[in-house]
Amino acid sequence: MALRELSSLEKCLGLKKPNKYSTQGERKVPVLQNNNGAVLVGLVTIASHLVHEAKKTELLGNSAEERALVQQWLEYRIARVDNCPKDELKVILKELNHYLEDKVYIAGNVFTLADILMYYGIHHIVVELAIQEKERYLNVTRWFDHIQHYPGVRHNLPPVVVLRNRVYPSGHH
Amino acid sequence: MKLFVGEGNPHSVKVLAVLELTGVKCDVQLVNNEERVVPYLTRPVLPVLLLPSGQHLFSPNTICQYLFDVSGRKATDATNQWMEWEITDLQPAVLQALHMMALQGKRSEAAAVMKEPLSHLEQNLRKSSTQFLTSDAITIADIVLWAALYPILSDSSFEAGDLRFVRGWFDGVDVQSACQTAAQKVLHGKSSEALKTFLQKHPATQTQRRDCPTNTSAAEAEDTERVMSELEIEEAAQMWSTGLKYSHAVPQRNHPILPQEGRRNVLVTSALPYVNNVPHLGNIIGCVLSADVFARYGRLRGWNLLYVCGTDEYGTATENKAREEGLTPREICDKYYAIHASIYKWFQIDFDFFGRTTTDRQTEIAQDIFWRLHERGFLLEETVEQLRCESCQRFLADRFVEGVCPHCCYPEARGDQCDKCGRLINAVDLRNPQCKVCKQTPVIRSSKHLFLDLPKLEGELEKWLDQSMGAGDWTTNARQITRSWLRDGLKPRCITRDLKWGTPVPHPDYKEKVFYVWFDAPIGYLSITANYTDQWEKWWKNPQQVELYNFMAKDNVPFHSVVFPCSLLGAQDNYTIVNNLIATEYLNYEDTKFSKSRGVGVFGDMAKDTGIPSDVWRFYLLYVRPEAQDSAFSWSDMALKNNSELLNNLGNFINRAAMFVTKFFEGRVPEMLLNDDDKRLIAMVSWELKQYIQLLDKVRIRDALKCILNISRHGNQYIQLNEPWKKIKGGDMDKQRASTVTGVSVNVACLLSALLEPYMPTVSQTIRTQLQAPPNCTGAMIQGAGTFICTLPAGHRIGTVSPLFQKLENEQIEGFRKQFGGQQTQIPSTASADTKLCAGVELNSTVNVKADPERARRLAEQVTEQADKVRALKAQKAEKSVIGEEVAKLLELKKQLALAEGKNQEPSNHKAKKK
Repeated sequence: MALRELSSLEKCLGLKKPNKYSTQGERKVPVLQNNNGAVLVGLVTIASHLVHEAKKTELLGNSAEERALVQQWLEYRIARVDNCPKDELKVILKELNHYLEDKVYIAGNVFTLADILMYYGIHHIVVELAIQEKERYLNVTRWFDHIQHYPGVRHNLPPVVVLRNRVYPSGHH
Repeated sequence: MKLFVGEGNPHSVKVLAVLELTGVKCDVQLVNNEERVVPYLTRPVLPVLLLPSGQHLFSPNTICQYLFDVSGRKATDATNQWMEWEITDLQPAVLQALHMMALQGKRSEAAAVMKEPLSHLEQNLRKSSTQFLTSDAITIADIVLWAALYPILSDSSFEAGDLRFVRGWFDGVDVQSACQTAAQKVLHGKSSEALKTFLQKHPATQTQRRDCPTNTSAAEAEDTERVMSELEIEEAAQMWSTGLKYSHAVPQRNHPILPQEGRRNVLVTSALPYVNNVPHLGNIIGCVLSADVFARYGRLRGWNLLYVCGTDEYGTATENKAREEGLTPREICDKYYAIHASIYKWFQIDFDFFGRTTTDRQTEIAQDIFWRLHERGFLLEETVEQLRCESCQRFLADRFVEGVCPHCCYPEARGDQCDKCGRLINAVDLRNPQCKVCKQTPVIRSSKHLFLDLPKLEGELEKWLDQSMGAGDWTTNARQITRSWLRDGLKPRCITRDLKWGTPVPHPDYKEKVFYVWFDAPIGYLSITANYTDQWEKWWKNPQQVELYNFMAKDNVPFHSVVFPCSLLGAQDNYTIVNNLIATEYLNYEDTKFSKSRGVGVFGDMAKDTGIPSDVWRFYLLYVRPEAQDSAFSWSDMALKNNSELLNNLGNFINRAAMFVTKFFEGRVPEMLLNDDDKRLIAMVSWELKQYIQLLDKVRIRDALKCILNISRHGNQYIQLNEPWKKIKGGDMDKQRASTVTGVSVNVACLLSALLEPYMPTVSQTIRTQLQAPPNCTGAMIQGAGTFICTLPAGHRIGTVSPLFQKLENEQIEGFRKQFGGQQTQIPSTASADTKLCAGVELNSTVNVKADPERARRLAEQVTEQADKVRALKAQKAEKSVIGEEVAKLLELKKQLALAEGKNQEPSNHKAKKK
């Protein structure tokens, strides 16, 4: 799972030479074997490293504040979204929905690594949502649809259909 | 920039240490661990860094990273990797280990949990050639890991095994003065001890770190784990045995209630409901009911408390409603005032006074405040362009103009927005504008208006808010909404309107104008009090002696926290200004909005017609009170809660306890000789009682209700375990147990009656009558921090016992769901298609008939009756033809009801046909 995600990320970043990965432990934490022998462990660590390698550091944020926001939501992804118990899913969707209310991208107005990894991480959840639920988490859906159409991001993941017209009357204030 | 940290919160150590080390300038504020600082997170999380842009950082490691970043130190792959490991591997283990150490005393198990992460760290440090984790200088990774491990490794009793390198590294970081200061600040050097409260709220079972669930929804499971210490148990048992010694009679209420020297004087208001609509359940829980629970509780606590409310009656909406119904605005207000008053009476809202805003006192006080603001230069004058209809002789509110959209040429655009292209419109920009009432063309007139100069009052307001929010209880949403208003900067707000139905502006230049409702309505609190007593100023111009609590739904917050306080501050007349602002979130109906126009939801006047007692309505509304997040009213959930909590838990316990006294001990409370089990129960109940008081003091109404249910749950378990109904038939020892258990149980029931008073006043009174409880018992137990005492001593005679609650049947509930589910107005073609399916339907049912609420109410009663009849017939297995006849009647009634409610035929009809 995490390995496929990293290889999608490499392509998205335009890295020509694919890296070699393995996993360790029960949770299958990704490991990157570097050319010079050094080893990197952990999804976020490796992803940030790849962004540097591709010389696209703007994807990590342009200011200290943006960098912090990107970091924060990457952490949210690995700490909250990954291995999320079922009854916790709604809480996550609700929080994201609330957070995204006034934002285009996760870090505000610019597309960053946080959007890419959150999209990968949340895809299996959004795929399962009924239309009604997608309408309930309208901001998440809007953001999700935006990211899956962002050039080069979606890759091998199946597209999720998002209806433009509301089917159900507004379920929220 | 502002950093919020929490006492005993281990993550706060991290960020404080980094703050010290980097020397970044930042305000630090210590807040309660329960406070929700970040609006979009469901659960309270600390520490939080509020950035200058208004964004929140809520992840401790990110906050550290940010502080390092702004002080010019960049993250590297190596530090990133350690930080990620800390989140995914170290934190879950630490949290679990701390639980075992601090709460359960399982030290060896804790060591086992920590073994893997610690040896991972040991191995890495052994291999490393640098002094610290990633370099010879201290980095962010060192601080983060040190802080995570601090509560464990600084505990001398933790058996870590041989960790030479970890110890060396840890001590190297630990001696840094920044680390020492931070740890001292948060944990006071007591490590795992100081963490207890934090840990109790953060279960370690999941593989997550800081923000594990605080069990907001599942309070039921939370308490069972609580372990009582011997000391606590002994103390509780002793308090219990002292019995009712002192007279704690709740003082009689003598009107008018006025503030008194030396007492706690509490003034409670609930947002004034707007007069032109019947309130729905969401309105009721949002203001009057919540305030009522708090007011009743305050009176039990012996506070000198005044609760006022009333209808808000001025404004365009009333004028329109009057035009619709062909009445004068005054007549409309009188009509709806009576409706509101009777609904609240049915819900047992115990106002000291329920008034209205259209009174002479209102004019007097509003005009006085106006002049004071004017004299002190807090009003601005501006000219506004508006449409005026010459034939109706009035300025037109935006909703009363129609015309051609200037953007898309849609011919029926409204004065504020075009329905076709959705763009916002200035009414004066409409082409060919028309007055909606008389269809004449209005003219553009400029009109002078007065504005309250909020920017000029902003400084003073902020000073007041700091003080008020610092000392009082403000719900998180109230703080949040207020902060966001201030952050965006205040703008002058127009306080006048070209209307007739309002408080007249006394200034000669504005003769034709009235005050805009938002300026006028909150003054209603003052004028309503003035209609209650001439000495109203003792409440409202007395901030030294009076504590003011405002209750409302969150949409009302800015008017109570920003706008109205500015009016009062600007008037400079020593006004009492809000000290505690309690705002609820929204209550949805079966996951949609309540909607009068679509007939969706339960409205105040219909609740009564269901036949479900007012107390049960109160209970369920308070049980789902949208305290920290939106919640939903659901029929099936209401039935479930009624049957599981009221009937099987609370009612069952109280009834059993009292029945044992009646059946086994001839109605007299038997002798009680406490053993350890009894004492433990008493201690548990005492603890819940203390929680209840702490929570209600902080206006956590829903949470406190859970304490009541917990107590009866403990009681049921206690009875179940001790089986008095069996022991009564046994030997002397057994008989004695039966006697003690019955005596203790019936005393718990008596305590429950007291705790229930604010929530379910009728049930509370019924229990006390059944138990013949002494009148001063309530006050005695709810004083101070709360003491559970034996108020029904051995020999006390109780009264006649009967069941308190009734089961809500599924069928009944389904019926209500349909009845109140409403329907969207269907387009005529489907409606007629629908009706063709049912034989014998009158032709006019395809037409949308105007709603007739009175007739609807009568019909609803008939439908309920008829439905009962059908059910009874079915239960008796009556003949098919007989049942069929009655069913047909029922369908016909339902159809008429739907018509009277202004709805089209209900689709449930074909379902019924298929049977």
